Amino acid sequence: MEKVLFGYLALAILLSALFAIFSRNVVRSVLWLLVLFLHQSVLFLTLQAEFLAAIQIIVYAGAVLVLFLFVVYLINLREEIRLPKFLGSYPLAFIAVLSMLILAVAGLVGFVPAKTVGSLSPGAILKVGHTQILGEHLFREHILAFEIAGVLLLVAVLGAVVLVRRLREGEL
Amino acid sequence: MPFSLLNLKALMPEIFLVIVASVMVLLDRAVREKAFFFWMALVGTVVAWLLARESLDLHFGASYLSDHYGFFFKTIFLLVLFLTILISPGYAKREGFHFGEYYGLLFFAVCGMMLMASGTDLLVIYLGLELMSLSIYVLVAMAAGDPRSIEGSLKYFLLGSLASAFLVMGLAVLYGKTGKIVLSELAGWLTSDKAVLTGILFFIVAFGFKVAMVPFHMWAPDAYEGAPTPVTAFMSVAAKAAGFAALGRIFLLAFYPAYAYWVKLLIPFAVLTMFVGNILAVVQTNIKRMLAYSSVAHAGYILLGIVSGTKEGLSASMLYLLIYAFMNIGAFATVVLMQREGRVGESIFDYQGLAKLYPVPAFLMLLFMFSLTGIPPTAGFIGKFYLFRSVVHAGYPIIAILAVLASVIAAYPYLRIVMLMYMREPEREIKLAPSPYIWLALGLSALGVITIGIYPGSLLTSVLASVF
Repeated sequence: MEKVLFGYLALAILLSALFAIFSRNVVRSVLWLLVLFLHQSVLFLTLQAEFLAAIQIIVYAGAVLVLFLFVVYLINLREEIRLPKFLGSYPLAFIAVLSMLILAVAGLVGFVPAKTVGSLSPGAILKVGHTQILGEHLFREHILAFEIAGVLLLVAVLGAVVLVRRLREGEL
Repeated sequence: MPFSLLNLKALMPEIFLVIVASVMVLLDRAVREKAFFFWMALVGTVVAWLLARESLDLHFGASYLSDHYGFFFKTIFLLVLFLTILISPGYAKREGFHFGEYYGLLFFAVCGMMLMASGTDLLVIYLGLELMSLSIYVLVAMAAGDPRSIEGSLKYFLLGSLASAFLVMGLAVLYGKTGKIVLSELAGWLTSDKAVLTGILFFIVAFGFKVAMVPFHMWAPDAYEGAPTPVTAFMSVAAKAAGFAALGRIFLLAFYPAYAYWVKLLIPFAVLTMFVGNILAVVQTNIKRMLAYSSVAHAGYILLGIVSGTKEGLSASMLYLLIYAFMNIGAFATVVLMQREGRVGESIFDYQGLAKLYPVPAFLMLLFMFSLTGIPPTAGFIGKFYLFRSVVHAGYPIIAILAVLASVIAAYPYLRIVMLMYMREPEREIKLAPSPYIWLALGLSALGVITIGIYPGSLLTSVLASVF
């Protein structure tokens, strides 16, 4: 049963990602992303990672996608804009990507993850609860990383404002 | 899990940079005279260096260690930042981005670089890299009047995000395999497992993008050409140094047990980078593109120090990065001096006969070009000498010979500019855009190039002592 569910989720995630990339209509692309996020969140649930599942819905499906849709509607795009490609030769790119894929698959086939991380094992995590352990580790061992992520978001906002507001003003 | 007292003192320079950057951004609206930010940034850079020296040998948990290795790189970043600030104001005013946010973003970028150089767990190094990259994407797009600037930024952003994805993938593989994320702990767990090697390959690809290694260098010429020239100077040296700081620590500390495996992957990249960079530099007529390909080639040379896998090799790479900071910023400062409205001063033919009209800038450019070629008694020669020697000592004489061959090709693009400046009559009208600060930056760079070229001894011993 679990395997069937995983198979369905994996297939759905892959297909919706492909549809999102290949769809010529931007709104459809964004909606395919929504499908992708929902399936991912179910995948997290099957792994008993309820916190990640909730975050996936609230942050990605809720906030990020709505922002995407706002942008799409604001610039009023019906069809994708066609720009000249950065790199011309399609077959060459295909071969490069394919060899990358083969390499990754060959390298990762038979991948066995670590049984325990420090004092943590899957059983221990289930006993305490995934959310609590995530919080403890994030705010103790990885507090520096957490703070840097905060600065990173600040820079992202700042960059957007600079590019859109400040430099426009200079032109006018 | 017990946790030691968090030592915020170790992070003083980074915290200081973030505070100064935020204050500059906030004050921008209130301050009419934008030169204020110029001075604030200069003073802030010096104070940050003093704080970095103050925080030596402190650590923050297991994720950050302010050792001498990190301090050496912080010195390079802050030196580059100082010189970049000096060459910025005239150019930034002309292009319309002389405001607090510009200096603020430079500070954020340097903060990210410092975290990369001193971070001792993969998560901090990754986030430092993102902080640096994000700031630089915006900085590249600053010259809003020029479509090349936006194009360069977009290419850099797309390919940079792809590189980050590779890094995260590699990180996930290693963490999944070993359950370790701290570099020194990771070292004990590495096996010659297939999955681990794949993870290491992902790391090579990701950092290859960041330091502009062939075949991941596609973004470099466009981003370097499109970016405002002071930003090009900044990213060509500081971002590369940060990439190598993290590369050195990850590969020679965490991945060292697998040296015999990854060195085989790295050698072809290094050789290819040297040759492709130099050969493509030959055909360029835009000086910023030429310097971009030259920077690709230099990434190849610096990679040799990592390839040799010894203390001597790593210290040679570090010394070369310091020398590269002086000579490359010097060359870009001359380009800034030559640039006026629009594209004027970007073609190498704009340099024709420069020596007749302005002997001093021409001589300085000659000095930097000689150093980039590696002609004694400039610092460039010393740097290449130690790098190539370390490769020979590590048992790869053939690679050293290839490197020398590649630098012979490199002589052509550099010396062509010298030839144009000294042996041709001026055809186009040449006008400089001088400012006392650019002269100061040029003077400091020239001083660095000559001093290290003549007295490398004491510097080399101190670099060797600061390798972890």
